[in-house]
Amino acid sequence: MSKDNRFIALKKTPFHSRTSLASRTNKWYNWNGYTVPTEYSTTELEYTAARNGTSVMDLTPMCKYEIKGSDAHKYIDYLVTRDLSEMNDNTVAYIIWCNEDGKVIDDGTIFKHSSEHFMLCCAVKILNWLNDSAIGFDVTIKDVTDTIAALSIQGPTSCSTLKNFGADSLENMKPFEMKEYNINGYNVLISRTGFTGDLGYELWTDPQNAETMWDSVMEAGSLLKIRPFGMNALEMTRIEAGFIQTNTDFVAAEDALRPVRMRSPYEIGMGWLVHLNKKNYFVGKNALKKEKQSGTTERCLVGLDIDGDKPAHGSVIYNEKKEDIGIVTAALWSPTLKKNIALASLKRPYGIKIKDNIFAEIYHPEEIEYRKIWARCKIVKRQFYSPERRNNVPADLYE
Amino acid sequence: MDIICVISNIYRFMAKNSHDVIVIGAGHNGLTAASYMAKAGLDVLVLEKNEWIGGAAVSRELFPGWKYSNCSYVCSLLRPEIMRDLELYKYGLQVIPYEGSATMMRNGDYYAHYHDHDMTIKSIRRHSLKDAEAYERYSRDVLRQCKIIKPLLKMTPPDLTSFKPKDIFGALEFAKYFAAKDELGGLGEKEIYDTIRFYTMSIRDYLDEYFESDITKAHLAGSAIIGTALGPCSPGSAYVLLHHYMGEVDGSVGSWGYSRGGMGSITKAMTGCLKAHGGDVKPNNQVANVIVKNGKAIGVATTNGDEYYAKKIVSNLDVKRTFLTITEEKSLPSDFVQKVKNFKIRGSSGKLNIALDGLPDFPCIPEGDPGGGGDMHFTESIEEMEGAYDDWKRGEWSKNPYVDMCIPSKSDPTMASPGKHYMSVFIQYVPFNLANGGWNEERKQAFGKHIIECISAFSPNFKDLINHYEVRTPLDLHNEVGLTEGNIFQGELTMDQLMFNRPVTGYAQYRTPLKNMYMCSSSTHPGGGVMGAPGANAARELLLDMNIPQKGNYY
Repeated sequence: MSKDNRFIALKKTPFHSRTSLASRTNKWYNWNGYTVPTEYSTTELEYTAARNGTSVMDLTPMCKYEIKGSDAHKYIDYLVTRDLSEMNDNTVAYIIWCNEDGKVIDDGTIFKHSSEHFMLCCAVKILNWLNDSAIGFDVTIKDVTDTIAALSIQGPTSCSTLKNFGADSLENMKPFEMKEYNINGYNVLISRTGFTGDLGYELWTDPQNAETMWDSVMEAGSLLKIRPFGMNALEMTRIEAGFIQTNTDFVAAEDALRPVRMRSPYEIGMGWLVHLNKKNYFVGKNALKKEKQSGTTERCLVGLDIDGDKPAHGSVIYNEKKEDIGIVTAALWSPTLKKNIALASLKRPYGIKIKDNIFAEIYHPEEIEYRKIWARCKIVKRQFYSPERRNNVPADLYE
Repeated sequence: MDIICVISNIYRFMAKNSHDVIVIGAGHNGLTAASYMAKAGLDVLVLEKNEWIGGAAVSRELFPGWKYSNCSYVCSLLRPEIMRDLELYKYGLQVIPYEGSATMMRNGDYYAHYHDHDMTIKSIRRHSLKDAEAYERYSRDVLRQCKIIKPLLKMTPPDLTSFKPKDIFGALEFAKYFAAKDELGGLGEKEIYDTIRFYTMSIRDYLDEYFESDITKAHLAGSAIIGTALGPCSPGSAYVLLHHYMGEVDGSVGSWGYSRGGMGSITKAMTGCLKAHGGDVKPNNQVANVIVKNGKAIGVATTNGDEYYAKKIVSNLDVKRTFLTITEEKSLPSDFVQKVKNFKIRGSSGKLNIALDGLPDFPCIPEGDPGGGGDMHFTESIEEMEGAYDDWKRGEWSKNPYVDMCIPSKSDPTMASPGKHYMSVFIQYVPFNLANGGWNEERKQAFGKHIIECISAFSPNFKDLINHYEVRTPLDLHNEVGLTEGNIFQGELTMDQLMFNRPVTGYAQYRTPLKNMYMCSSSTHPGGGVMGAPGANAARELLLDMNIPQKGNYY
């Protein structure tokens, strides 16, 4: 008996035959309409692969858009807050984009093949937004989520793994560069990018190559501590790296039911990506300029180093007078730092001018009861962990 | 004129060689103490006799291309608060969790535990349905004991013979933690009896109360005999198991892991922290004696003929070396010296470090089974283990030894080139005082060959893969590392020398009969296992005496 595809709510990725074979726990997660492993064996060991060996994650469900046309470069520069007018071919840039009110729609990465050909990767679906913004530009925008299979290969031995896989002289690739390879007879785009804050790469190819590519990468890393890596472990590494997650650390402007939940880049620590001085106009520029000039930014996103070892999941943050000043958006006992860390959205001036006497109220579950812990927090850099090897060129090799 | 010149030269020399604190021995406890003190603003110098730093937490390349964790080989007990306070990650420390552990059986089968609890239960069920359920109860009970002991590790034991307010309150505090109010919401009378039984029982008796199958018991009992001169039937061995269980890897209590780059990464990171805070370590500087003046320790003299002066001296050597070797007996109270002489510090373990050209086959463990990813053993019953202990009592190495062997390079890509492997084999029991004339090179090699034969019985291609190996007897640990008699805990972990009795009654607070002299080795509370707690505790007491405020996660 075969199922009618129309009645299947969650799609399988082109790697499904491999990810399901590797899964020992049969725990799955709905990512953007696809089913992907929450964990394969144990989250701790998968996390360790990304900090010790090579981790392999099925990245296919990431929203991917192809932007082509004679105005493609101009259009991208108009769409995002960052000045991309000087962006080189075969490079990648981290970006955010806003609506006209200067509220963040999403963050993502933009891949530039040429001034007439880009690929945009992001967390939430935005085809409508991209098309609406494209009026007047000679561009065509295509959702290629289903037609590009992607793997994220991260960790200290990832460069060696991919060299074994066939990516010659990959060690010379700089962070945020990309290159088209032909390996085992098919094309694969490799970019030095990732969401773990470690040395790592992302592989992009036609779905028909997916299974062979998975097998070859696994084989290439077999002596380099390679391991498939699920969504739980990704959450751990991204918190350590201080990367934000749309609809976790802030609500996407297009998704916010309550208008007060929308956030400007300055409120989520992304002010560094807003280039008010850039030559050309970009969406949201006037509103952001006004916010910057009038100093009306209401919130901030900070890193917290919290006393004790109980993660502050969802904790309310207080000042010494026990007034509510914000909330933890992501929390973790960091296995590498041996620190109790968190990202928190605070009401200014807390986190900016007032950094002392900040506390988290942690509800720690203990056998069907909670222990309430009042823990002191230190405001720290959001990028908790950034090892040297992340940016080393040539990249570290294990031979 | 000449005399003035000489005096001024002496002063100049003393100023150059004068520090706030001198730590004797660059093991992990010495470096922990030194780092905490340097962080508190003191000028700290660590003197190390060997040319390498790290004591028994060391990684050395004795054969090109292979790194060995020459002595200690796995990491779990190192307190996370210490890693956090000293920011050891910044200086390269990363702990890689074990994937599992397995005991191989002569009938070709195996018994395994895994990082994933559900897989462990499934695995025990293959051997005994009853044991699989009992394992849940056993885990709960042992975890309860771990939670009781956890806060005690960081405490300075109160002196029960003293009437000082600090000690009276300390005793109450100790009792409070014993009742585990904070962690467990208070224990009842029954649980306190359980605790006392746990501390005094043999591991055999303890496990018999839970399990029926020999292999389950043998697999679990290993932790109770590692490093100790007790057998599985000796009272007190259950506590040794607890001592090995009370560590954690990121909240997973009882878990073990590898230090990435070998155990030397721990002491390398600590040295990094120490230097970042202005401290220094001088290798090749063996302390010959502590310089004592009017009952006060004022400095040390090295075998090189140098003298170093300091306000405080901290010894990371075991209590016997500290007071019987480098401190003149006449400067110490005679009853103290007698107690130190009576301190039990018996060597019972040996080790092989092996450079392998490839991964050996262990046909008992199916290929790719994560059970083979951590510690592997081949002792199938408690009786076999006790038999191994019987050999030790006669001054012989065990004919059928208990081994704790692991291949760190299976998880750690930095120990050897891809495809090559480093294997660590810890052997219980091996005597310090070998019968019939003691250790010599020939006997040492014979011991090494014996162990290789024992392993070969479970791995047909093992011998062919050996490129190089290092044999470590208790005598080697005694001579080279400085662990008296080769005892890995710097003193037996028995009730008579734990907590306020460690190292000796009346001196459990890291201070010594000599003013300005402290001890921070594993001979002090809470003992060995690369925990760092003795070092951190000693630093706290010293800083307290100097009225230097302390802050951090540990204190």
